[in-house]
Amino acid sequence: MGAAHDDGTRATGHHSEVTLTVNGTPHTLHLDHRRVLLDVLREDLGLTGSKKGCDHGQCGACTALVDGRRVNSCLLLAVTLDGCEVITVEGLTDGAGEPHPLQRAFLDRDAFQCGYCTPGQICSAVGVLAEAEAGHPSHVTDPATAPGRPVALDAAEIRERLSGNLCRCGAYPRIVEAVEDVI
Amino acid sequence: MKPFGYLRAGTVREAAEALAEHPGARCLGGGTNLVDLMKLGVERPGLLVDVSRLPLDTVEELPDGSVRVGATVRNSDLAAHPLVRDRYPVLSQALLAGASGQLRNAATTGGNLLQRTRCPHFQDLSKPCNKRTPGTGCAAREGTHRDHAVLGHSEQCVATHPSDMAVALAALDARVELDDGRTTRDLPADRFHRLPGDHPERDTEIRPGELVTGVVLPAATASLPSAYRKARDRASYAFALASVAAVLRTSEDGTVVHVGLAFGALAHKPWRAERAEAALRGGPATEDAFARAVERELEAARPLRDNGYKVPLARNLAVDVLTRLATARNRTGTTEEDS
Ligand SMILES: Cc1cc2nc3c(=O)[nH]c(=O)nc-3n(C[C@H](O)[C@H](O)[C@H](O)COP(=O)(O)OP(=O)(O)OC[C@H]3O[C@@H](n4cnc5c(N)ncnc54)[C@H](O)[C@@H]3O)c2cc1C
Ligand code: SF4
Ligand code: FES
Ligand code: FES
Repeated sequence: MGAAHDDGTRATGHHSEVTLTVNGTPHTLHLDHRRVLLDVLREDLGLTGSKKGCDHGQCGACTALVDGRRVNSCLLLAVTLDGCEVITVEGLTDGAGEPHPLQRAFLDRDAFQCGYCTPGQICSAVGVLAEAEAGHPSHVTDPATAPGRPVALDAAEIRERLSGNLCRCGAYPRIVEAVEDVI
Repeated sequence: MKPFGYLRAGTVREAAEALAEHPGARCLGGGTNLVDLMKLGVERPGLLVDVSRLPLDTVEELPDGSVRVGATVRNSDLAAHPLVRDRYPVLSQALLAGASGQLRNAATTGGNLLQRTRCPHFQDLSKPCNKRTPGTGCAAREGTHRDHAVLGHSEQCVATHPSDMAVALAALDARVELDDGRTTRDLPADRFHRLPGDHPERDTEIRPGELVTGVVLPAATASLPSAYRKARDRASYAFALASVAAVLRTSEDGTVVHVGLAFGALAHKPWRAERAEAALRGGPATEDAFARAVERELEAARPLRDNGYKVPLARNLAVDVLTRLATARNRTGTTEEDS
């Protein structure tokens, strides 16, 4: 056990106090610096929706939203996230417990088989919609498109933008359809 | 993973001092490479100096018309930035051809430049590797090396540098800014990464205790037609087998006025095709001339047993991109990407 770390002081300890707001609820945790967000969500907070597929940034099953941006929670050290807002698949429902339109669309389209990749796919798709709205291009966006305007998402755009989420069951066609349903 | 201390640096100076005081310290950007390597046991820092919240997160135009990119700007924000999309399309395209949306949201400019090779033996502690542990040998030279270097490799190491972004920076004549807390210096992007020689453990010219603080994109290559093209095993979310970044300006009569050409995934660094550029400058911007110049550049290639395919692949990519840029009508000279 080491001393808690204060900003601006030499940190020789191996633990720090970290405050994370997860799905709207603030948590102050005393964390070993080695802990990644994925493990904190699953093991400390009981939020097992985010999945561990590879633990190396190669599959997207652990995708969560940090300050509104989709990221691989398996590669994010929790200590770096002090003060951040985290949303997981459990936090996508609205206040009344209604599923997010993307969750609804995945159900309607039967966009999964085993379901292991699904929370990551859905969190990633939430991020994709926000990125496209903010005018972020992708590898398949025509480079001549004027910057700063929302990018229209066709099937090719959805496939490219969701390429960081692998599905071993190969539910890709229906995942694309589910995302198309909400745009 | 070995336990480690953590310091969130508030200033460049504070970060540099911490690095200087702790030889086992590492900078932490987005962590998408470093945390991965720590999980694998390849990196074992005693202290992480988190630079991701340093005030280096802006893209700004400087009075001389160049564009300065801070070291902590995230790859996705850089690729989407209007100044980059308008003036340096090759950089935006290279970034978007790399990794995934999630990874680009976390990855920083500094971390992207300093990411380590994807050589599987480097990542596998049970294998000899001169880059990871100098003097132990190279498991790739006679082992699995389909993805490895064909240019500029050494007896010691045949790894490639995996960054797509760095290839675009080399073709654009960008400069990398470094700061050790007391003095600053800058290097051409093209000379920031090294060839392996006898010291494959050193990927770049960065000195102990130095940080990358930013990258400067010069006014001279702003708004020239430019494009990036990458070949990989699947359409997305895969490292390059070969890639090319090209910047090309031609005169009305079809003469090459300016050309910047760099290859990715062929060497231990982005490979600036200086011989090809020299052969093209002042000559005709035709497919024939491009092919001759690129072939001349690739004469230096020394493929390993299983990666000879990279030479014709790189040739074809480069000739294609240059030809498209030469014939493009629009000012930004973008090419159509097929994936
Ligand atoms: C599955 C997967 C696929 C990928 N595919 C691609 C791809 O196709 N193309 C591609 O180009 N990349 C790819 N990447 C790599 C990705 O681009 C890098 O991991 C990322 O750019 C690293 O940035 P970071 O900020 O996360 O760096 P970190 O992991 O934080 O750091 C990487 C290195 O840089 C050092 N560092 C960080 N910031 C600084 C600084 N300011 N000054 C000095 N040193 C610093 C660190 O100490 C560390 O050694 C992929 C990664 C993964 C996991
Ligand atoms: S190619 Fe370089 S990184 Fe790969 S095993 Fe050989 S020495 Fe190590
Ligand atoms: S578990 Fe994070 S990307 Fe696979
Ligand atoms: S539904 Fe099984 S991995 Fe995607």
